[in-house]
Amino acid sequence: MSEKPDQKPGRNRAAAARDVIQSVIAPQSSIWSSVLVVVLAFVTALVVSAVFIVVSDPNVIQAPDLLTALNVAWQDVSGAYGGLLTGALGDPSTVIAKLSSGDAKVAASAFYPLSETVVAAAPLVFTGLAVALGFRAGLFNIGGEGQVIAGGLAAGFVGFSVHGLTGFVELPLALLAGFLVGMLWGFIPGLLKARTGAHEVITTIMLNYVAIYLTYYFLNTTLFQRPGRTDPISKVVDSAAMLPSLAALNLRVHAGALLAVAVAVAVYFLLWRTTLGFEFRAVGANPDASRAAGIGVGRVIVVAMSLSGGLAGLAGANIILGVQYSVTPGFSSGLGFDGITVALLGRGNPVGVVAAALLFGGLRAGAVQMQAATSTPVDIVQVIEALVIMFVAAPALIRAIFRLRAVRGIGAPTVSPGWGG
Amino acid sequence: MSTAVRALGAGARVAVDRRRTLGIFFLLVAGAIAAFFGYNVPGQSQAHFVLNLASSHAIPIPDLVVPVRATAFGLAAACAFLGTIQVVRGFGRWAYAVLALVIGLFVFAFLAWAARNSSVSLVGMLQGTLVRAAPLTLGAFSGLLCERAGVINVAIEGQMLIGAFSAALVGSATGNALLGILAGMLCGGLIAVILAVFAIRYLVDQVIVGIVLDLFCLGLTGFLYDRLMVPFQATLNSAAVVPPVTIPGLSRIPVLGPILFDQNVYVYLMFVLMGLIYVALFHTRWGLRVRAVGEHPRAADTAGIDVARTRYINVILGGLVAGLAGSYFTLGAVGQFTKNMTSGRGFISLAAMISGGWTPVGGFGASLVFGFADALQNFLSVLNVPISSYFLLMAPYLATILVVAGVVGRARPPAADGKPYVKQ
Repeated sequence: MSEKPDQKPGRNRAAAARDVIQSVIAPQSSIWSSVLVVVLAFVTALVVSAVFIVVSDPNVIQAPDLLTALNVAWQDVSGAYGGLLTGALGDPSTVIAKLSSGDAKVAASAFYPLSETVVAAAPLVFTGLAVALGFRAGLFNIGGEGQVIAGGLAAGFVGFSVHGLTGFVELPLALLAGFLVGMLWGFIPGLLKARTGAHEVITTIMLNYVAIYLTYYFLNTTLFQRPGRTDPISKVVDSAAMLPSLAALNLRVHAGALLAVAVAVAVYFLLWRTTLGFEFRAVGANPDASRAAGIGVGRVIVVAMSLSGGLAGLAGANIILGVQYSVTPGFSSGLGFDGITVALLGRGNPVGVVAAALLFGGLRAGAVQMQAATSTPVDIVQVIEALVIMFVAAPALIRAIFRLRAVRGIGAPTVSPGWGG
Repeated sequence: MSTAVRALGAGARVAVDRRRTLGIFFLLVAGAIAAFFGYNVPGQSQAHFVLNLASSHAIPIPDLVVPVRATAFGLAAACAFLGTIQVVRGFGRWAYAVLALVIGLFVFAFLAWAARNSSVSLVGMLQGTLVRAAPLTLGAFSGLLCERAGVINVAIEGQMLIGAFSAALVGSATGNALLGILAGMLCGGLIAVILAVFAIRYLVDQVIVGIVLDLFCLGLTGFLYDRLMVPFQATLNSAAVVPPVTIPGLSRIPVLGPILFDQNVYVYLMFVLMGLIYVALFHTRWGLRVRAVGEHPRAADTAGIDVARTRYINVILGGLVAGLAGSYFTLGAVGQFTKNMTSGRGFISLAAMISGGWTPVGGFGASLVFGFADALQNFLSVLNVPISSYFLLMAPYLATILVVAGVVGRARPPAADGKPYVKQ
């Protein structure tokens, strides 16, 4: 690590001491004000996105007078956001009607939107945890995409090539395969960073492409490709390797959601209740001080990147074993990058990650409904997400917009500035 | 012994180590050429390189026919010779030029081997390489302009994407390619303004803002594509592609003519910008100031340079260049926008900039490697390669990992790269 030439050591120490004191005396207010900043950021993001929705509607632009234009604009925005909400949670009157119908299947269908939200949220929890774990150790794992793909490939391979085992053996085996191969995809950049200082942002992005081409390669081999097909699609995983779901009730929600919560608890325990977790956080906070204190910084980097990759690999396994049941190119569809937004919104905290994943999962599930109902393209959700993160990352901006008093300690974590010399 | 002296000694040792590593790398390349492309090849097999291009204005010349085995052994010997000199004496400041030469020899040996008993258009491949490298190089210039002033630009991908979108939109609506290109640059610049404000004013982690801006541009262009371009395809998403420009006289030169002087406009723009940025950055007072801000902002500040202003200007310049790079994908290539059409090339530009050691010429050289891999995809069907083409396509990414890991020798980023500066 290079020294910072533009900061005097004395001032550095004073600033650090002030940070510590601040974090000790004002923990409560920090939580509430950070929730407040997130809520305000979300509102601002919705307003800005509404502007995009309105100005891109030809009916608004070609309206004969201002009143008509405003009316059309209001219908656009309220229709889109209404569709988003009912798609994520369900329409209250329909939900009540379905629940009181007396038929189990109809009653279950009331939970369809919620089920879709949870299905979309589960992989986001895994990739969000992957990025958050990296943040804690001062690493920016931007290669979640490749790790998701590698993990999904491995989990799928075990799922369709191992036969004759019960679900109690084959499912954990497939999940483990996904975790381990994801770990391998994180281990490589971790090792390169520890040994040579190669910045993980570049090496993980390059490994994303390697994983994508590997997928195409494997899906064109007899080992993977479904017999009788010429397009790149794998065989179907055994039912013993599938994550149990509520398919009998026509709901897609599956056990991957429970696994995601369990893993979030495990990551929390790892980070704040184990020596290894302490070392992660120490290296993330100050690698030089950690080295001086006798922590093997290189080892911590390798282990943290590997675990981060393993978590992302579980997201791939979750998609293949819980939703798709076969591997196709592009099955990850940006999950790795979405993990970054989830981790940032969750402020690198497992509890926050689960909450953020549910929020974004709801947006994803709602967007499908919104597009079907109002033909507002689903991509607006990505705009909303990015705007939320930008406003959360710059709390000073949100405070300036809403004229709030300044509070320290809110904002995105800072990870390894520079490319590491 | 003082720290400075010890550091100097260590530096000299590292330099020697690096010289030897590079030399050994050359020797390994020589071995690889001989083993993979020479040995096992029957002595009589020949590779047929077509040197004329149907569409070109060049004076026709006969095709180049080379014996595969003899070529491979000859090129291997040349690499071994260069490697030996590098190990024993070192090429000093020419080491990277020699590295480029060795990579070129390797690629030629590979092509001769892959084209054995068949024929391939060498000129077409090189022309394609240069065209595919142009947007990557421009993207690398964008990153370079920002990082030399100390701001990391990971938003190149997003700036390219929004540049491609707005260039297609304005180019189609007005029927004027120049207006389209300007619109693309402007939108790239707008994203850069957001990046600059967050990075310089609000001191947010620059890599994070960059990534979030990439996602923002991906979402916004996807949304507006569905909303505007799909229903109004004919009026808003069918721009005329900028035609290639033929330079009279020079384009008649065989081989070089079609590659360099009968080219896509973006290739010329790339070369012009390369010269411009090189001179501006290393031979003007402006460039000296920019580099001072990127290396040691405190010292620059003390000397009276406005650090924040310099960074704002450079980040916005970078955004304009990335927007220009983006407009290539629509106005320079296909005339139509599709969702996520840059597909990660902004990140490749970033890698090219780092592999190229934060210099314009280095960034161009690294982009050529990716451009070649891109162009190779079109020729795979006529080539004779026993391994899966997917592994060939993987090669540049693996090579980048090796370069970034310092296997081949690593350049140093600007010292204050990515670090916010707070005036005291």
